[in-house]
Amino acid sequence: MSDEPIVQMAGITKDFTGVRALESVDFTLRPGEIHAIMGENGAGKSTLIKVLTGVHAPDAGRILLDGEPVRFHSPGQAQAAGISTVYQEVNLTDNLSVAENLFAGREPRLGPFINFRAMRRKASALLDQIGIDLNVAAPLSSYSIAMQQLVAIARAVDFEAKVLILDEPTSSLDRDEVEVLMRVMRKLAGDGVAMVFISHFLDQVYEVCDRMTVLRNGKLVGDWDTDALPENELIGHMLGREVETLEAIEHRPDRWPPGDAAPLVSAEGLGRRGSIAPFDLDVREGEVVGLAGLLGSGRTETARLIAGADRHDSGSLSLDGSKLRGHNPRTAAARGIGFCPENRKTEGLVPDLSVAENIVLAMQAARGWARTIPPARRDKLVAEFIAKLDIRPADPHLPVKNLSGGNQQKVLLARWMLLQPRLLILDEPTRGIDVGAKADIQRLVNELSDDGMAVMFISAELDEVTRLSDRIAVLRDREMIDILGAESEMTTERIVDTIVAKGGEQ
Amino acid sequence: MNSYLKRLFWPLAVLVALLIVNIAVTGFDFIVPSVHDGRLGGAFVNILRGAVPLLLISLGMTIVIATKGIDLSVGAVYAIGAAIACQWILDRDQSALDTVFTAVVLALVVAAVIGAWNGTMVAYFGVQPIVATLILMIAGRGIAQLITGGQIPSVSDDTPFVELGRGAIATVPVPIVIGLVVFFGLVLLTRTTALGMLLESVGGNPEASRLAGIRSKGITILAYLICGACAGLAGIIGSANLGSADANNGGLWIELDAILAVVIGGTALLGGRFFLLGTAIGVAIIGTLEDTIINVGLSSQWQFTAKAIVVFIVAILQSPEFRAWLLKPFRSGSAAEPTAPEPKPEEKAVAK
Repeated sequence: MSDEPIVQMAGITKDFTGVRALESVDFTLRPGEIHAIMGENGAGKSTLIKVLTGVHAPDAGRILLDGEPVRFHSPGQAQAAGISTVYQEVNLTDNLSVAENLFAGREPRLGPFINFRAMRRKASALLDQIGIDLNVAAPLSSYSIAMQQLVAIARAVDFEAKVLILDEPTSSLDRDEVEVLMRVMRKLAGDGVAMVFISHFLDQVYEVCDRMTVLRNGKLVGDWDTDALPENELIGHMLGREVETLEAIEHRPDRWPPGDAAPLVSAEGLGRRGSIAPFDLDVREGEVVGLAGLLGSGRTETARLIAGADRHDSGSLSLDGSKLRGHNPRTAAARGIGFCPENRKTEGLVPDLSVAENIVLAMQAARGWARTIPPARRDKLVAEFIAKLDIRPADPHLPVKNLSGGNQQKVLLARWMLLQPRLLILDEPTRGIDVGAKADIQRLVNELSDDGMAVMFISAELDEVTRLSDRIAVLRDREMIDILGAESEMTTERIVDTIVAKGGEQ
Repeated sequence: MNSYLKRLFWPLAVLVALLIVNIAVTGFDFIVPSVHDGRLGGAFVNILRGAVPLLLISLGMTIVIATKGIDLSVGAVYAIGAAIACQWILDRDQSALDTVFTAVVLALVVAAVIGAWNGTMVAYFGVQPIVATLILMIAGRGIAQLITGGQIPSVSDDTPFVELGRGAIATVPVPIVIGLVVFFGLVLLTRTTALGMLLESVGGNPEASRLAGIRSKGITILAYLICGACAGLAGIIGSANLGSADANNGGLWIELDAILAVVIGGTALLGGRFFLLGTAIGVAIIGTLEDTIINVGLSSQWQFTAKAIVVFIVAILQSPEFRAWLLKPFRSGSAAEPTAPEPKPEEKAVAK
C-alpha cells in the first residue's frame, strides 16, 4: 500500500439552502485501500461522495487527485479522471446483455457495425479479470442483483478506475453474494484500486475495510485504521453521545409461557401458491412473534398474507376465533391489523405528501374522505407522535421524502400506532436506518407489546429477532419449518441450525 | 404555503407579462371592465367569459391528473353535454324554465355517468387511463351525432337556456359566475375534506395507498366523475353562448388545451400534488394569449405557434435545472462571500 494518497479532500464545505451538509471535512484515500465512510443517516456521507464525484460543487475546500487540484462539474468528468461510482440501485439496462451493458457507449466496432464477437470476448476477459464467470450473451435481468452489481463494478473498473466508490452495494444481497462482492473488492485492492465503501452493516465494514472515516452532523469526527477502532467506540463516534447500546435492550425471558392464552390472530393452513406454503401460526395479545429466515425464504410473504396485502388461496385466518372473510388492507385495518411493509419508499410512504399527511393517512382512509379529522385534533395527534417517536426534523409540513430513512420509518410506524391496532406487523423496520433510530424502534416494539399489542417482527438481523421475540417462526425456501418458543431456543445459533438442518434433509 | 406560492410564481409572472403587453398595445381599456346594457364588458372580461368552458374542463382534468390519470374524452363529453341540452330544449317548449332545468340536469347526469364509466374502466378493469378515455374521445362525438341526428340543433334566442352563456347576474356574466362557483366549490370539496389528500395519495403512490387502506377505486371513479360532470357543464355553457350544439366541432381539441393549462399551473402529469388555482391561472394565460396575438398585430395564423412558444417558456421556467442554470451567475457571486470554515482544533485532535 503506497503512502502517497490518490485522493485528498481538504476543508470541504457544502451548504444546501441554509442547511450546512458538510463543514470543513477532510478525507484522504490511498491506492489499494478499502476505506469506509461511516456515519448515521444525515451525517454527510452521500454529500461527501457527491462532492468527490462532481454531482455537487463544494462551496469551499479543495480536492487533489494524484496530487493535482481538480474540480469536477459532472460525474462524467469524474469518471473520465478515474473515479467511478456503483450505487445501491444498479443503473444498468436490464434487457440488454451483460456484454452490451459492459460496453454500452463504447462498443467495439467493425466499420459502422458493432463487433458483437469482439465485445463478448472482451466482456468475458473483463469479468475473468475480477474473478466472476457469467454468460455475457445472456440478458442482465437473468442474473441476481448481486451479479448485476458486480457487472456494474466490472464496467467501472474497465474505465481504468483508480478510485471506486461503492455506495451501499450490499443492502440487497444475501450472505453468499456479499462474500463474492468482498472477494472482488479484495482482488481489486490488490491491483491497486482505491475503494470507498459505504454500508450500514458494521460486520461487513470490519471484514473488508482497512480504514474508516467517521462523520457526524456534517463534520469530521476522525479517521482510524480498522484494527484500531473497536465496534463500540465506532458506534460511540457515530452517535456522538454516550451510547445506549443496543445490548441494553435485553431479551425478556419467558414473559409468555407458550399456550396459556387464546390466540388473537390464528392462521390455519394459510398459504398462497408460488409465494408461501400453507402454514399454521398463532399470535397472542402482547406477544412478539419474530419471523426469521434468509432473504426470499418467505418472511415477507407470510406477513403480507396475514396483513391482507396479498390474497391467500388456501387455509383460513381467524381473529378472536372467528374466521375472516374478504381480507384486504382496508378490512385488516378496520379489524385492528396494521402493516408496515418492507419497502417503505415504494409501498409505505407517499413521498410528495407531508409528514403530517403521511401520519394520518391510514386513519383518514378508515374514516373515508368526507369525514375529515378535525384540524385541531389532527395537529395534536401529529405533534404527539412526532414527539413520542422523536421524528426529526420535527416539522409536520415537510414532504416526507426529505426525511432520512430512519425518520421515514418512524413516520410509517406513527401512521399505524395512531390507529392503536391489536396486531402490528413490521417487515424489516430497521433495515437501512441508523443505529440510533434502530434502538428507538426496538425499544418501541418492547413498549407496545408491554401495553398488550401483538407484534409480528421481521428482520434480516437474527440477533435483533432473538432479542425482541417471544417466539420465532423460522422459514426456509418459502416454507415455515419450525416455531421456536422455549427460552433455550431463542439464540441465533439455534435459528441457523434449524435452517441448516432442514436444508440437509432435502 | 410558501412552496405553494413558489409554484404559482412563474405562471403568474407570465400572465402579468401578457397583460402588460396588451395594456401597452391597446391601453388600459384592455383590463378595465366597462358596463354595457347592465353587464360587464371589456376585452379582459370577455376573455375570461370565453375561457370558462376551458376552465371547467381544466379543473376536472387537474383532479384526474392528480390520480396519475388523464381524461382525453372531455372534448367529446363537452359535445355530448351540449347536444343533450340543446336537443332536449329544441324538442320541447323552449321558453319554459322547467324544460331548461331538466335539460341541464339531464346533460350533467349523463356527463357524470360517462366520467364514472371512464373511472370504472381505469379503477376496476385496470385499463390505462389514456386508452380508457381514448375510447370515448372517439366514440363520444359519434354519440353526440346520434343525439342530434347529424344536425346542428339551434335553440331559439328567446329560451332562458341561452342566458347561461350570455346573461348576467348583478352585471357579472353568468359563465363567470358559474366558473367561480365551480372553482371555489372544488377547492372547498378537495381542501376542506380529506378528498384532496386522498387523491394526492392515490396518485402519488397507489400501492402505499392501497396498503394504508384507502378505497382507491372509489376515489379514482369519483375523480373521473367530477371531470366528466365539469366537461358536460362546459358543453352546456358553450352551447348556451352559441345557441347551438355542434357535435363535430364543439369543444374540439379542448382536452389538449386543458392538459396544457394543468401543466402550466404546476400540477405534474405524474400525479400527486395538484393546484387548482395554478390551473385557473393556466387557463387565463391560454385565454389571454389568443387576444394578445391579434392585439400585437400578428395574423391569426400565428395562434398555434405563439401558444407553443408561451407554453415552452412556462414549462422551461418551471424546470428546476433551467432555473439553476439561469440563476447561476447570481449565485456564484453570493458563494464568493466568506463562508470559509474555521479550523476546529479539538476535532483535529480526535482525528490523530
